Amino acid sequence: MTNALRLYIHYLSQSVRSQMQYRASFIMLSFGHFLTTGIEFLAIASLFARFKHIQGWTLPEVALLYGLINISFAFADAASRGFDIFGTLVKSGDFDRLLLRPRSTALQLAGHELTLRRVGRLLQGIAVFSWASYTLDIAWSVPKIYLVFIAIFGGACLFIGLMVIQATIAFWTTESLELMNTMTYGGVETAQYPLPIYRIWFRKFFTYIVPLACVNYLPALAILERGDPMGFPIALQWVAPLICVIFLIVALQIWKIGVRHYRSTGS
Amino acid sequence: MPKITNRTSSFAIRSYIAVLSARFRTLLQYRAAAFAGFGTQLFWGLIRVMIFEAFYRSTTAPQPMTADEVITYIWLGQAFLVLIPYQGADPDVRAMVRSGNVVYELVRPTNLYFFWYSRAIAQRTAPGVFRALPMFITASLFFNLQMPPSFSATCAWLVSMLFAVLISAAITNLLTIALLWTISGEGLGVLLSSLTWLFSGIIIPLLFFPDWAQATLNILPFRYIMDIPFRFYMGHISPEQIWYHLPFQIAYVIALITAGHLILTRGIRRLVAQGG
Repeated sequence: MTNALRLYIHYLSQSVRSQMQYRASFIMLSFGHFLTTGIEFLAIASLFARFKHIQGWTLPEVALLYGLINISFAFADAASRGFDIFGTLVKSGDFDRLLLRPRSTALQLAGHELTLRRVGRLLQGIAVFSWASYTLDIAWSVPKIYLVFIAIFGGACLFIGLMVIQATIAFWTTESLELMNTMTYGGVETAQYPLPIYRIWFRKFFTYIVPLACVNYLPALAILERGDPMGFPIALQWVAPLICVIFLIVALQIWKIGVRHYRSTGS
Repeated sequence: MPKITNRTSSFAIRSYIAVLSARFRTLLQYRAAAFAGFGTQLFWGLIRVMIFEAFYRSTTAPQPMTADEVITYIWLGQAFLVLIPYQGADPDVRAMVRSGNVVYELVRPTNLYFFWYSRAIAQRTAPGVFRALPMFITASLFFNLQMPPSFSATCAWLVSMLFAVLISAAITNLLTIALLWTISGEGLGVLLSSLTWLFSGIIIPLLFFPDWAQATLNILPFRYIMDIPFRFYMGHISPEQIWYHLPFQIAYVIALITAGHLILTRGIRRLVAQGG
């Protein structure tokens, strides 16, 4: 286990070094990402300027949801690039090489690349989160800081889990399905607004099947000390993000089934 | 540019049309991707519609568009998403720049700008064929996408859509040309495609941006890719206004093509091919 961890860190440091060879490109791409996600937030702010609130939630409260989910997603996105491009590895047959090495395939894919330019989204998420926290004048206590950490950690686990599942499907289809983007990018989009605004079937989907509500809406309720119109038990708000760690573990088990099923394309 | 006689120019145009249709047919092959894309867009459209419905439930203040209009606008955006060059430049040219094979493009007996431009038009239309139609049918049956109010609105919409394709393809071609500057080109490309993404109307209808931003949005070409055509469709702009907007669309097409042409000429001049 410690050996695997050391190897993983080594993979990542190699990846960082190679990306730093093209520093100008890195800075420009990060800036591009920062700007895109930044102006997207301005679009949300424009809507609030016209509508004032969305079912009782004001802009700073929504900004808290927005900041949390974007920070989690930025971490997940940077760490799971290997799973993201897995379809091309299967198609070209390059996955065979990974199988020959005496380490787990999940580890090798996770260490494939740490996509640094995602730092643009991360910084933007942190900026929006800080603005929300400042405007709402949140009294930060130890339990609340704990909530922020497990919400971000759980969120990252959830998104990595989704990307692992997306990659697993490629064992059968030899192609990454764009459809899974609805869960990842669509999940980020969904979680930027409070869950009760959506239709019931949609809420249920993002609570029970993809536990998105557990890493965003529920902990945010606890941080904002708001009542829950959907009537989940209060205690759940404090442990919900950990459900996503289980989600990731299950995803990795499905991945193992996929690996056993794998047949090379032979190219 | 060499002097072009009548016969060679008609030959040139025919060859560009051939390039366009070949590329178009190639891109039509990706049917599975198109259906997956349709599913994705349906999901996105639903999220957006639900968000706007919730906003409209939360206020009684008058808005620049009615809820029904916004819903139609959202579905049109999802149906014609392929108009936005969000995946950037021509992927084949990108591979050629990486491998150095781009020099072969220079020996073709055609104008390189229009050769790539023909490909860009195919890229901005073909993937939409299998997405737009199912989206129209599904969204109008189940999700409140409304039909244009009149025949003249339909005509105005179709005319402005045609120029939307030409503008969008010209922007795509700028992204492709920027690849000749490899690293800095890629950064600029990300920037230009984000601008298109933000200011075409796909994120929110442009009228919802603050009033002080409207003057700027009005002078940018991006609104002619989605916002203006969609508002013609809904009858939000009266069909006669096409005589006001059409000259702008034509002017933007000419300006973008001229700019692309100049940049490409400079790019080729500094191109250094490595042998091997």
